[in-house]
Amino acid sequence: MSMKRQKIIRLTLTYLVVFVMFVIILYPLAWIVGSSFNPGQSLSGSSIIPKNATLAHYKELFDTSKSKYLYWYWNSLKVSVLTMVSTVILVSLTAYAFSRYRFFGRKNGLMTFLILQMIPNFAALIAIYILATLTHLIDSHLGLILVYVGGQIPMNTWLMKGYLDTIPKELDESAKIDGAGHLRIFFQIVMPLATPIIAVVALFAFIAPFADFIIASILLRTEKNYTLAVGLYDLVAKQFGAEFTTFAAGAVLIAVPIAILFLSFQRYFVSGLTAGGTKG
Amino acid sequence: MSKEGVSDSTSHHKKALFLSIIPGLGQLYNKQILKGVSFLVLSAAFILVFKDLLNLGLWGLVTLGEIPFEDHSIFLLVYGILALIVVVFGLGFYCFNLRDAYKVGKKRDAHEPISTMKEQYRNLVDNGFPYLIMSPGFLLLVFVVIFPIIFVILLSFTNYDLYHSPPAKLVDWVGIKNFVEIFKVDMWRDTFFSVLAWTLVWTFVATTFQVALGIFLAIIVNQKDVKGKAIMRTVFILPWAVPAFVSILVFAGMFNESFGAINRDILGFFGIQGLPWMTKPMLTRIALILIQTWLGFPFIFAMVTGVLQSIPQDLYEAATVDGASNFQKFKKITLPLVLYSTAPVLITQYTFNFNNFSIIYLFNGGGPAVSGQNAGGTDILISWIYSLTMTSAQYSKAATLTMLLSIIVITVAIWQFKRTKSFQEEDMM
Repeated sequence: MSMKRQKIIRLTLTYLVVFVMFVIILYPLAWIVGSSFNPGQSLSGSSIIPKNATLAHYKELFDTSKSKYLYWYWNSLKVSVLTMVSTVILVSLTAYAFSRYRFFGRKNGLMTFLILQMIPNFAALIAIYILATLTHLIDSHLGLILVYVGGQIPMNTWLMKGYLDTIPKELDESAKIDGAGHLRIFFQIVMPLATPIIAVVALFAFIAPFADFIIASILLRTEKNYTLAVGLYDLVAKQFGAEFTTFAAGAVLIAVPIAILFLSFQRYFVSGLTAGGTKG
Repeated sequence: MSKEGVSDSTSHHKKALFLSIIPGLGQLYNKQILKGVSFLVLSAAFILVFKDLLNLGLWGLVTLGEIPFEDHSIFLLVYGILALIVVVFGLGFYCFNLRDAYKVGKKRDAHEPISTMKEQYRNLVDNGFPYLIMSPGFLLLVFVVIFPIIFVILLSFTNYDLYHSPPAKLVDWVGIKNFVEIFKVDMWRDTFFSVLAWTLVWTFVATTFQVALGIFLAIIVNQKDVKGKAIMRTVFILPWAVPAFVSILVFAGMFNESFGAINRDILGFFGIQGLPWMTKPMLTRIALILIQTWLGFPFIFAMVTGVLQSIPQDLYEAATVDGASNFQKFKKITLPLVLYSTAPVLITQYTFNFNNFSIIYLFNGGGPAVSGQNAGGTDILISWIYSLTMTSAQYSKAATLTMLLSIIVITVAIWQFKRTKSFQEEDMM
């Protein structure tokens, strides 16, 4: 009997903890969704389920004469996608060279990458700021993308090299005997087998610039060029409270698509990160 | 040349090496005409193209300019670093040239046939291919990662700030004055140590909380007889799925003292007076740790769930047969396996929070302000560096602090990667 009682207590406690966690997780999310439908600009007198729900704040965001939100969205997508594409191309090439060739300087190169991977690239933010000013890359998306891609290379190269090492070398050797050139082996033999890790690298390279605040806030100067992180912060910091409901609508419009995208790719994320953690 | 014969043919490699002091001559001597000519042309072009940069850059690097308005110290510093990088590449090519001449000379000494033009071309393609495909990524890395790092290192030995700002003023080398000042001048020392102390407390407490909560929830959800696992797992991942900057800004709204939901709805509901979350450093710190726990646990949760599902059931069955209690099973089987396989990732969580700029800055700008120091009450090192750079233009001090921060991070990192498997397994040779 006591076994059964113990089980009931254990399960009740479990469900209780889970319930409390559900409230803690969902309350802030519900609050921001509720705020976004609240009439008026400030939150005084608002409630989670608004009485006179309105879509006015969403409409305001889509009106380019009142808000730069659509620009920010477009900028964020543009920067993230271009960073993703460039990172995948550069990282595949570099990782392939490190994995398949033995060349002078390889060992030192790998060591350099390993150490650079440990230092976040915004640690040199003073230098990035001053250099961008000198090269007139400040307030340009090109400068931002270059910094992002450069920062992504070391870690992702190690990640991808670790995976490429597991693809048997005999495959490319037999292709070589059959007369395939270097590029052909790369594109037609190795890359197709490496699709899972390419997906992981692509996801990382997309999410990192999308979520980055620090580098974007250093480099971007005019409101029209902001990315979402900088723009939203600006919206909040400029007149806190005065435009909070508009901010809420903007936050919901980012959180929902990204969360859906994320939940559908979540599996890759975990496997990629654990692989990266134990392998490199 | 007339003595060239079988008897003293052993000196080909020496002669080739000696002639290669001017790149290309050694190769010509080795009768590799194409290679020799291209080496000659390359070195001539190198000197011609980079002569001015090297001259100006190296001069600038030493003096940082002599006449205000005419010499821009920071430009000169940039040219100086560029010149250094060019010199490194040049030396690399030069060494390659010497090595090549020496090796081919050796081959001739051993009376091996030296490669023909066609073979040379094939060799060039085969050996050059990895360099060719690496070069775009590597060049980008040099200019946006390595270049800034060198720049920061050099900057920390200058007096570049608002009062020594080109073009009106020159910047000078000041040796280790910045480092000394941070440890000797009262205001800097006090601020540095209070910021460092909070950075360490923050890193340790926030990360440990999120790790502990993540592991705990993963284990209780993974119990065999719990229903609704799928929905639980989805909800517990949600804080990770929402971009962090959005959640942090939302929390900044919730903790707002006048309209935030925490003071008005939750504490108000229990009849408690609202708390000054944004103006009392201690309260802001508590709020930050709570928020980071909320943001950070889902990742640990997802990872540990994966590990738990891969633990073979017979381990537990064997333990049951041996009469182990649930707690013993947890302590002797579950926990060691989970910690063992996630340890490397857990360490990266600590280094991540050490530099977790977004949450500190987006929540309350590093504030509230504290009297007697030039950093806010919740500033960690990286956010302090940011505000020194962006608001008070204390560039050289910010660079010095970056150096100190990097030393901490790299020490931890080296300690960590010495223990990772891949580093030992890697066929480094």
